Amino acid sequence: MNGLVFEDVRVGFGATTAVDGVSLAVPPGAVVGLVGGSGSGKSTLARAAVGLTPFTGRITLDGEPVPTRGTYRPVQMVFQDPYSSLDPRMSIGDSVSEPMPRSMPRTGRHAEVARLLELVHLDPARAAARPADLSGGQRQRVALARALAARPRVVIADEITSALDVSIQGAVLNLVRELQAELGLSMLFISHNLALVRYVASHVAVMHAGRLVEEGPTHRVLADPEHDYTRQLLAAVPRGDRPSRSHR
Amino acid sequence: MGRWSTAARTPLGLTAAVLAGSVLGLAVLAPVVWGTSADAVDTGSILSPPSGEHWAGTDNLGRDILARTLVATRLSVLLALAATAIAVLAGLVLGTAPFLLGRRLGRVVTAAVNIAVAFPGLLLALFFATIFGVGATGAVFAIGLAGAPAFARLTQTLVAGVAARDYVAAARVAGVGRLRVLLRHVLPNISEPLVVNATVGTGAALLSFAGLSFLGLGVQQPGYDWGRLLYDGIGAIYVNPAAALTPGAAVLVAGLAFNLVGETVAKALGVGGVARRPGRAPRAVPGLAPVAADEAPRAVGDDLVLDVRDLEVTVPGARGPVRPVRGVTFSVRRGEALGVVGESGSGKSLTALAVSRLAGDLARVEAGRLTLLGTDLTEADGRAHRRLLGTSLAMVFQDPTTSFNPTRRVGAQLAEGARHHQGLGRAEALARAVDRLGAVRIPEPERRARQYPHEFSGGMRQRAMIGMGLMGSPSLVVADEPTTALDVTVQQQVLDLLADVRAADDVALVLISHDVAVVRSVCDRVVVMYAGRIVEDLPAASLDDDARHPYTRALVAAVPDMDTDLEAALPVIPGTPADPGALPPGCAYAPRCPLASARCVEEDPSLVSDDTGHRVACWHADGPAEAATTAAPGEVGVP
Repeated sequence: MNGLVFEDVRVGFGATTAVDGVSLAVPPGAVVGLVGGSGSGKSTLARAAVGLTPFTGRITLDGEPVPTRGTYRPVQMVFQDPYSSLDPRMSIGDSVSEPMPRSMPRTGRHAEVARLLELVHLDPARAAARPADLSGGQRQRVALARALAARPRVVIADEITSALDVSIQGAVLNLVRELQAELGLSMLFISHNLALVRYVASHVAVMHAGRLVEEGPTHRVLADPEHDYTRQLLAAVPRGDRPSRSHR
Repeated sequence: MGRWSTAARTPLGLTAAVLAGSVLGLAVLAPVVWGTSADAVDTGSILSPPSGEHWAGTDNLGRDILARTLVATRLSVLLALAATAIAVLAGLVLGTAPFLLGRRLGRVVTAAVNIAVAFPGLLLALFFATIFGVGATGAVFAIGLAGAPAFARLTQTLVAGVAARDYVAAARVAGVGRLRVLLRHVLPNISEPLVVNATVGTGAALLSFAGLSFLGLGVQQPGYDWGRLLYDGIGAIYVNPAAALTPGAAVLVAGLAFNLVGETVAKALGVGGVARRPGRAPRAVPGLAPVAADEAPRAVGDDLVLDVRDLEVTVPGARGPVRPVRGVTFSVRRGEALGVVGESGSGKSLTALAVSRLAGDLARVEAGRLTLLGTDLTEADGRAHRRLLGTSLAMVFQDPTTSFNPTRRVGAQLAEGARHHQGLGRAEALARAVDRLGAVRIPEPERRARQYPHEFSGGMRQRAMIGMGLMGSPSLVVADEPTTALDVTVQQQVLDLLADVRAADDVALVLISHDVAVVRSVCDRVVVMYAGRIVEDLPAASLDDDARHPYTRALVAAVPDMDTDLEAALPVIPGTPADPGALPPGCAYAPRCPLASARCVEEDPSLVSDDTGHRVACWHADGPAEAATTAAPGEVGVP
């Protein structure tokens, strides 16, 4: 099977089971949304895929186990908090060039850093800036550029807008859609907000208490949810037309 | 570097620099200058007391003690530095080993270090002294290795802290090896506390050396360091006290020098820019349009719960005082729900903190009027004020995990305020706590009251926090991002609870959030803040169609909902939020505003009310709504 495939993945921490037998596929070129509440195991599943958490079961990329050692890492991850995911002592250019092969010559690196920064709509002249000089939204773009520097086949985006102001989140979401359309990137987009997932993902999977409770095309799942928990999540999305509660 | 010269100019830094400079200077020069006189045997004046010729007297061979003390500086300091180098090196290797070796082997190293730390340092030193033999080399290794466990432990803790950060995870995901991650990401980020501890450790090593030599385990004849001189001098203490006191004083001064340098380094590396209380801020701030008293909110009367006029908050910044709240005027009536929205840095939280008198000692709060239930809060706060704030105002914070003391039962924490402010007895207060937990719909309140905060889920904790606010009979509940840290499915329950509290007791509610959608679902009226000022004050029902400030319109449009057009790009607000430390002369929003004209850049619009009470501060408030939002691809325009 092609793409990033999870087969019966389990992750346990001591007596608790964080991920309990999850099977899920991210086909090439697709954006799959993974939604669920806090503690549902969605972030743990992502960490297992990039080798940050030991697991049992199989996680494969185009039929081969995902490499979690060595320098080539075809599955990359963008973390939730751009304030802690960039080394405060490193210039953003150095951060972005870190995943590039070490054999790459210096000039090639510079050109590639410039290309990637431009791709995420940051001025390449700012490559020497430190993360402290950047806003949250700009930092999250640097984190995206760093993930792309590894030339990944799949990017996992773990709640990448939840630490950002709503006014900035739109720009990051637009960028995600743009990159997906331009580069044909496969992506696992993790969020607790169904409105965001609806906007970027063609497929959606719902996790609850470590298990996958529902999955399918986004429009189907949102229009006709089968699982109770999916309905709860849908009810939790604030709506513009919600009647004011003061008049009850 | 600026912070170094700043640190060196403090009294502490100056003393440290002078002391350390003289100690190091002596270490280099003394053996050259006084080397011969220190070794000159004068059998004519053996064990003589202090005199004009020998200021500190002489020893049993008639050698000058002061000269010997000065000459001993080099050996003493060198030994201390060598021992510290060994401690730091061994400590670094042991401390970083768990990170490099992985989980299982790391645990073994950690356990070994923990056992070594538990050993008394002196015992370890004695142990090593017997292994390496009595002498300077043995003592250096003994003191160095005895200091290693403590340094290893510190390194381990610091490494573990940085290793948990996402940037380390990101580097590992990028395929960077462990050693490289350690060198590139971990060590640079923990170097500051390590340097400080090494410096202070040098002072400690110096004292340990004096101790070992004094016990006869350190430097042996004919060599001598301060400890050795002390050892030799103590025998003659009744004949010539100066023989022991002089090397003792040298140990004291040098030890002090190293410790003070450590302190200074710590200060210089610590939080930059020593925070100072802001002085009187200049009254005339360019671009600060005075808010006329007559455009105060419409509701005037005795049902006003909170009345705020011209609220200004000044906090110390790196480059002088900064004013994140600049002239905010609003009021809340009994039973009214007011939403406050804005981006981070808009001053919305600080406004709430200032109103609750929680803005902290460093912030200076000024207001033309700041009354809660008619009581002026700007006057010097006394017991009566605290009581009023304690019983009439309830505050709900963003993170319910940090709002409770983890070591005390929830019921007791709720009861505490009631006992203090309402004078209830222990049993009465606890009964009220149980009752309030029930009121915020916590099932089995009696059992829950006896539990600790960690036994509550996040949503439950936030409800208990609201329950704590209801222990008195509040007239105002201020909730600062109360649902941001909660699970999606729980958020609405907490908002519903706040709405119910308000409806049941006619309590006024101020709800602060960066998300317009959250505020809209609960509030009647919404105040939009930008760069420390209110830019629009409008009914919540008007947000969609009747918002007049381009910033309000942009905020509303920026939130995707279940009906957002999937084909179009999301509308974004270009640029970044205004920096309260560097505000433009005109409208603070002008640099990001698609409607901005020359007037906007030059002149700050004041907040003007229309006859319905809708207030807006914009020169283009009557302009076309469509142009207010853009669908630009990103913050930095790329065509």
